[in-house]
Amino acid sequence: MLVIDSLHVRVQDRDILDGLSLSVGLGEVHAIMGPNGSGKSTLAQVLAGRDGYEVTAGRIEFLGEDLLALTPEERAHAGLFLAFQYPIEIPGVNNAYLLKAALNAQRHARGEPELDAFEFMRVIKDNMKLMQIHEDFLSRSVNTGFSGGEKKRNEILQMLTLEPRLAVLDETDSGLDVDALKIVANGINSLRDPQRSMILVTHYERLLELVKPDHVHVLAHGKIVRSGDHTLARELDERGYEWIEQEAQSA
Amino acid sequence: MATDSKELAGLVGGKYRYGFVTDIEEDRVPPGLNEDVVRLISAKKNEPEFMTEWRLKAYRQWLTMTEPTWAQVSYEPIDYQSICYYAAPKNPDDAPKSLDEVDPKLLETYDKLGIPLHERARLAGVAVDAVFDSVSVATTFKAKLAEAGVIFCSFSEAVTEYPELVKKYLGTVVPRADNFFAALNSAVFSDGSFVYIPKGVRCPMELSTYFRINAANTGQFERTLIIADEGSHVSYLEGCTAPMRDENQLHAAVVELVALDDAEIKYSTVQNWYPGDENGVGGIYNFVTKRGDCRGANSKISWTQVETGSAITWKYPSCVLRGENSVGEFYSVAVANNYQQADTGSKMIHIGRNTRSTIISKGISAGHAQNAYRGLVRIMPTAQGARNYTQCDSLLLGDQCSAHTFPYIEARERSAHIEHEATTSKISEDQLFYCRQRGLSEEDAVNLIVNGFCREVFKELPMEFAVEAQNLLNVSLEGAVG
Repeated sequence: MLVIDSLHVRVQDRDILDGLSLSVGLGEVHAIMGPNGSGKSTLAQVLAGRDGYEVTAGRIEFLGEDLLALTPEERAHAGLFLAFQYPIEIPGVNNAYLLKAALNAQRHARGEPELDAFEFMRVIKDNMKLMQIHEDFLSRSVNTGFSGGEKKRNEILQMLTLEPRLAVLDETDSGLDVDALKIVANGINSLRDPQRSMILVTHYERLLELVKPDHVHVLAHGKIVRSGDHTLARELDERGYEWIEQEAQSA
Repeated sequence: MATDSKELAGLVGGKYRYGFVTDIEEDRVPPGLNEDVVRLISAKKNEPEFMTEWRLKAYRQWLTMTEPTWAQVSYEPIDYQSICYYAAPKNPDDAPKSLDEVDPKLLETYDKLGIPLHERARLAGVAVDAVFDSVSVATTFKAKLAEAGVIFCSFSEAVTEYPELVKKYLGTVVPRADNFFAALNSAVFSDGSFVYIPKGVRCPMELSTYFRINAANTGQFERTLIIADEGSHVSYLEGCTAPMRDENQLHAAVVELVALDDAEIKYSTVQNWYPGDENGVGGIYNFVTKRGDCRGANSKISWTQVETGSAITWKYPSCVLRGENSVGEFYSVAVANNYQQADTGSKMIHIGRNTRSTIISKGISAGHAQNAYRGLVRIMPTAQGARNYTQCDSLLLGDQCSAHTFPYIEARERSAHIEHEATTSKISEDQLFYCRQRGLSEEDAVNLIVNGFCREVFKELPMEFAVEAQNLLNVSLEGAVG
């Protein structure tokens, strides 16, 4: 599904990723953990094609294609979804409008017929129920005046509706209380599928209690310094990140 | 909504769609202005004596006036003697009585414009008065309106058919010498629309006028007068287009609205005069005086405008809130791209008790454009309990354009309640990236965000025109980002 091969990324003259390699197979859920400033969010942004992140070396292959050659919207059409750490506010544009425009743009790119308003409502109704989102939410402006929890639930609603092949969730658990975290985790779990892969970028272990990853990786100083199964996440929770960083440095 | 997106993409790829010229025989007077020209215009329209006199007085007053210079716009001085003040499609004596008599080429023009004169008009339920250069060509649905007692005709026709109404109301909202351009209009106005809604009548359909400047070196000076008698209700829409030409053309219109007790007038404008090319060559000078008089108690006048065209826009649709509890509203989207200049806003003059007004202004600047909001809220000592809410939002696309806000507030009554909010924002990289990550192209993302910005105004437009306005906006901002 996704192969990242010794990726080097520079942001504003600073090297952030320094030879990162990662391979995500079909249907797998990978967690990327690491201390602040280790490059986790940079990885998410580079995957989605954000401007200002300069890839100085390495390559990324997504479903057999050169991901770095695609525009952000082409990556979306190919099935890549990024749940933003800080979802963006768009005053005046309502949620339903953006989501329907996005879904139809993707369907159009794939040569599928576009959905009209009724079909669209049918598609999102169950998703809204799952995310415990009230109907009046659809007519509110995108993320405008939303609480932190509402914004994150909205990201997952979009993900459920767009049904990506690869979902990258950037610190989706940050700023959530226990109840909201459960709702978000439910949403993510409902999308687990042998045909779909996920990358969960997170600082804490608590999301991984609810969404069990197949693989856990620790990112430090721009590269993956250790990989394991979900027990690694627990170990990190107990011991912190320092010991791994020290090990990596001495090695 | 990718269907829309596709259409939008097509639109965005296009240039000014309405830039064609129709080749038809014209009756026009030579360029220049003097009393003889004023008399000639009046004579060509078979006007009664009072009208000729009215024009001449206006002309003499105009001679003593100077062009206003306070607006945030700049242009080469206009040579008023080089403008042609009257151009009409052929048959000078006998204006067409029905659509069958209208030059087929003219009808073709309207087809190109997408104006449904016959069948589509019926389907849309819109009555259309089409003003081509200076003369009103055809007014559809006259019969159906007449049943309801509604008068909807060209201004020229009103002068001859309903002289008493014209005499009673003309110039009572915008006096002859109100300002330089209004005085010029009063002297040489050629045609326009006239509407009278009798007591207690709710006009059975949207009324609509399309203005078109076709001839070269011609000024267009239309005059519109709408009277809503007690307890009546009318919604009126005007649309404007012009061919692409290298020289600037002057458009100086006057619109007067009168709302008597419990009457309501809703006036919507989609203005798309040729804005000039991307280097600022050519385009229409749109110097317009629009004013509504809420003369009666509990009356209401609402202006909605979407201004995407014109090289220069100078326009302040206003409400004089004379009647107790009367309401004035102004909803505006003004777009300036390339080298367009817009100085536009509203005036709300509160005279009666408990009068209320709302101003929602959305200015969008792109390219090298200048966009200014200029508004006046005046509360007179007689206006106890008056309230105003003003919101001015500016959106900047790119870093070569500018937005200005000039709010004037005069409160002469202690109980006045006035609120003013203003914001300036740019479409952020973050917003664009967010939309693109969800699968929208950059162009569609810009359109989405801009339309969101304008939503409060668009929702005030009649349904079928809201779509048109949205499309226009997208065309106007073609290439503004990226």
